[in-house]
Amino acid sequence: MRNQQATQLLFELSKPGRRGAKLPASDVPARSLSDLLPAEHAAAFPPPLPELAEPDVVRHFTNLSTKNMSVDTHFYPLGSCTMKYNSKRNERIAALPGLANLHPYQSEDSLQGLLQLLYELQGMLCEISGLDAASLQPAAGAHGELTALMVAAAYFRDRAQQTGEPRRTKVLTPDSSHGTNPASAAVAGFEAVTVRSTPDGFVDLADLRAKLDRQTAVFMITNPNTLGLFDRQVREIAHLVHEQGGLLYLDGANMNAILGVARPGDFGADMMHFNPHKTFSGPHGGGGPGAGPITVRAMLEPYLPSPVVTKVGDRYRLAFDRPKSIGRVRSFFGNTGVLVRAYCYLRTHGPDGLRRVSEQAVLNANYLLAKVKDRLSVPHGDRCMHEFVASAAKIKAQRGISAMDIAKRLLDYGFHAPTVYFPLTVKEAMMIEPTETEGKETLDAFADALVRILDESPETLHDAPHTTPISRPDEVRAARTPVVRWSPSA
Amino acid sequence: MNPPNLLYAKTHEWTRVEESGGAKIATVGITAFAVEALTDLVFMELPKVGRQVKAGEAFGEIESVKAVSDLYAPVTGEVIEVNSGLPEKLETLNADPFGAGWVAKIRITDDSALSNLMNAAAYEKQCAEEAH
Amino acid sequence: MPYTFNTPDDERAMLSAIGVDSIDRLFDGIPRDMWLSRPLDLPPAMGELELTAHLSELAARNSPAGDKVCFLGGGSYDHFVPAAVDQLAGRGEFYTSYTPYQPEVSQGNLQAMFEYQTLIAQLTGMDVSNASLYDGGSAVVEAAMMAMSATGRRGKIVVLGSVHPEYREILDTYLLPLDAEVVTIDAPQGAADAAAVASAIDDRTACAIVQQPNFFGCYEAVDEIGRAAHAAGALFVVSVDPISLGLLRRPGDYGADIVVAEGQSLGTPLLYGGPYLGIMACREAFVRRMPGRIAGETVDRHGRRCWVLTLQTREQHIRREKATSNICTSQGLFALRAAIYLSLMGPQGLREVAELCLRKTRYAAERLANVDGLSLAFDRPTFKEFVVRAEGGNVESLLATAADDGFHAGVPLGRWYPQLKDCFLVAVTEKRTRDEIDHLATSLGSHSRTLATSHA
Repeated sequence: MRNQQATQLLFELSKPGRRGAKLPASDVPARSLSDLLPAEHAAAFPPPLPELAEPDVVRHFTNLSTKNMSVDTHFYPLGSCTMKYNSKRNERIAALPGLANLHPYQSEDSLQGLLQLLYELQGMLCEISGLDAASLQPAAGAHGELTALMVAAAYFRDRAQQTGEPRRTKVLTPDSSHGTNPASAAVAGFEAVTVRSTPDGFVDLADLRAKLDRQTAVFMITNPNTLGLFDRQVREIAHLVHEQGGLLYLDGANMNAILGVARPGDFGADMMHFNPHKTFSGPHGGGGPGAGPITVRAMLEPYLPSPVVTKVGDRYRLAFDRPKSIGRVRSFFGNTGVLVRAYCYLRTHGPDGLRRVSEQAVLNANYLLAKVKDRLSVPHGDRCMHEFVASAAKIKAQRGISAMDIAKRLLDYGFHAPTVYFPLTVKEAMMIEPTETEGKETLDAFADALVRILDESPETLHDAPHTTPISRPDEVRAARTPVVRWSPSA
Repeated sequence: MNPPNLLYAKTHEWTRVEESGGAKIATVGITAFAVEALTDLVFMELPKVGRQVKAGEAFGEIESVKAVSDLYAPVTGEVIEVNSGLPEKLETLNADPFGAGWVAKIRITDDSALSNLMNAAAYEKQCAEEAH
Repeated sequence: MPYTFNTPDDERAMLSAIGVDSIDRLFDGIPRDMWLSRPLDLPPAMGELELTAHLSELAARNSPAGDKVCFLGGGSYDHFVPAAVDQLAGRGEFYTSYTPYQPEVSQGNLQAMFEYQTLIAQLTGMDVSNASLYDGGSAVVEAAMMAMSATGRRGKIVVLGSVHPEYREILDTYLLPLDAEVVTIDAPQGAADAAAVASAIDDRTACAIVQQPNFFGCYEAVDEIGRAAHAAGALFVVSVDPISLGLLRRPGDYGADIVVAEGQSLGTPLLYGGPYLGIMACREAFVRRMPGRIAGETVDRHGRRCWVLTLQTREQHIRREKATSNICTSQGLFALRAAIYLSLMGPQGLREVAELCLRKTRYAAERLANVDGLSLAFDRPTFKEFVVRAEGGNVESLLATAADDGFHAGVPLGRWYPQLKDCFLVAVTEKRTRDEIDHLATSLGSHSRTLATSHA
């Protein structure tokens, strides 16, 4: 079934004079445009957008959509991204006019239902994390990291004024961390210092001790870490960090493994972010939106961004008057639409259901690990949390088959590929996260495909994928001579 | 093969020191080993002529599709010339890394850092270790 | 458990394949003394029916635009969204996919990103666009940091007081820890004095940031300010209302180096402020300093045209602490919505939307100016918004009584501008009708008289 139209660009489909929308005639008294718009600001022509009819647009984007893999259509074990099922009920609810058509500057009186929802969500996130106060403002996980680091900076500035202790300039991150950790540290004005991992994948305490000092503001830990392992030293790590007066930050990317099982606040974290688009099933939308709410210990609460939602009597209010707050990190309230879905998710599961999410996520990951470990090496042991990292290094040395080759061939078998080449500490890494919303049959089929692929000829794999809308693209050409927009001459 | 008449930095830059008009001029480039390890090069940023650099300081960048590497000045001095055509013809780095693929010339103002650089044999040993 | 599959039999089989006798054993990696010894204190689970009823009840305690006539603006607008935008963007293949790390099975998203980038470049008159940032506010701060890195001037930026006050608050939050100075040039008469802006820009200034039309709906002297920025070697950053570009000159045509915008107007509902769409476009020279994802064209092994994420070495997953920004997620879904919206509108449609906003705004401004007790705060032409002053000054009560009459009548300005504490901002989109505007005038008229009398 070929479809030529879908591969053409909107701009190539354009035909002068075609229209996709017709606006009503003006119902206010007619005036000449030049009366209304100062000549020096007026454009001579409207912008040169393509001209299309509505059916053109519908066919174009519908056909484009069929060139994507997605959670709705495929198993998507993209490690670290928690590609779980996005429930349809949450979509219908979030689209209710009473939730979707609210303007950010409406009066609080006209928002009591929404503010109640957001207030309760703040409380639920505190309970799940074992921390005391929440900000829902950050727009994504990395934004949450940055916000928390700014909160830490403000906290330490305040303390420096009171105690005269020198400025804390450093943020420590493990070498296996997400790239966002050191990047957030840099944006927040800190020096990012890398702490090594031990060969078995945990924080190297000796290296941490050597790098921790009174200039250290924060140590950022991902636990379970990016290898899918829970770092049992976390309490000791917290103790070491606190001993130096620093704060422990938890990157919540892997919360799907420990919901209701263990709480970051209980094992020593002072602040953390959630990724509701991962853990609480917000649709990923081709790369976003996300949200990045943070929770913190009580002593950090005064520094959280404004506003936060409070309850005064039986009324819900937005609190702006918070003199120690770092200010704003985003316009308006935050990514409310994502937060509404997170709320729906938490209300759907309740305490037992939430724990069961983690249990099933961990069961699925361990089952898959057990199915593949005899054929594909898993350098960090037989057990994992919600995800594990396999390595194709041996197979590459023996047969010339890389993690990329395997990933590409999986696409032919109808599975999205795992995350490859991350974390950077594992050679030929393949990070596999099945999530809890898959059944045994899917995991069996995926494991079978993986095993079959390992028996295929290296040539078949080097040329894979064979059945997708395109074969491997030339990324060197794209980066060497970037063409990042269509232009009429091209 | 790493030419025996050059000096090498741990960070994979090569250096050729020549006397010219009473000054010591270092020609600096990237070794064949490093170029190969980076694979498909897509972009490089040269230092500005006139910049004062300290030995060990990052003074340029080279990128492949999925990796980026800093270029470190092997010596202390002033950048007096750069191979300005190189970013447009990155394949030169693959074809002739120790010749036409040179990156910059630095007039050395303090030659103490030269003693930190390796000879070809020591550098080859380092490469052999890194390859494992 | 609505979204899991494994039956008790499956579980037994899986545990046995793993070689453990219970699910609890799988959590042995977590020391027992770190386990939570009680259930989470959360409300009990709900089925779809109860959940829908509960959320409908919460929703019913809000007054959305539609229940009340919405004249609120300030960066978020009640524009019309064609049905095709919802239908297409809601397709699961777009909606439930992620960042296109595997281009072979993501051509739909990648091509849409490339088309979005092109549409934004066409709309703004710039060379290139990224594939989106969080929102218009964080886009401003990303532009400022990009300018600091491009110019090597990390100490100072100049921003007009007529730039959205929340965007300026974000700038303050981000730049304070970097010890960079944010110099604000006030706009006491609704727009800034270009000469005052010019004199604040010096050879330490990384960029000048202007919003056009500005937060009050008024126009700034963009040509003069842009020239002043360039004369000092600073970059010229312009924040725009994308709808206005149906009528107004494009920033690329008056010298902008970086253009940012809140893209909510392009096909996204109000959503109580988010998720929205941060737009960023720039001159070609700065593309490698631009934050966020970018799709680029290339060919596959058979020579077929296709698209990939490109210039990724700018990004945090490769460059870590040296990345152009810490941004990881994009707002892909809202970039897609904007692309669909702009394709449906086309040049003529966008122009008509802009023209309707302009005409109705002027009509509303004149109607409200004629209401006893109300006046226009600034004697200037505006595009989609204008500032109304209430004599007697009790803005909150006036707006509250208008709310009782069925209007979200305006945004009080005192929170951000003490000198405008008796003023509110009114926005008029193409959705507002003459009737609605007339009724708003009547409502405000009756209450402003009452309030003025009660104050007398």
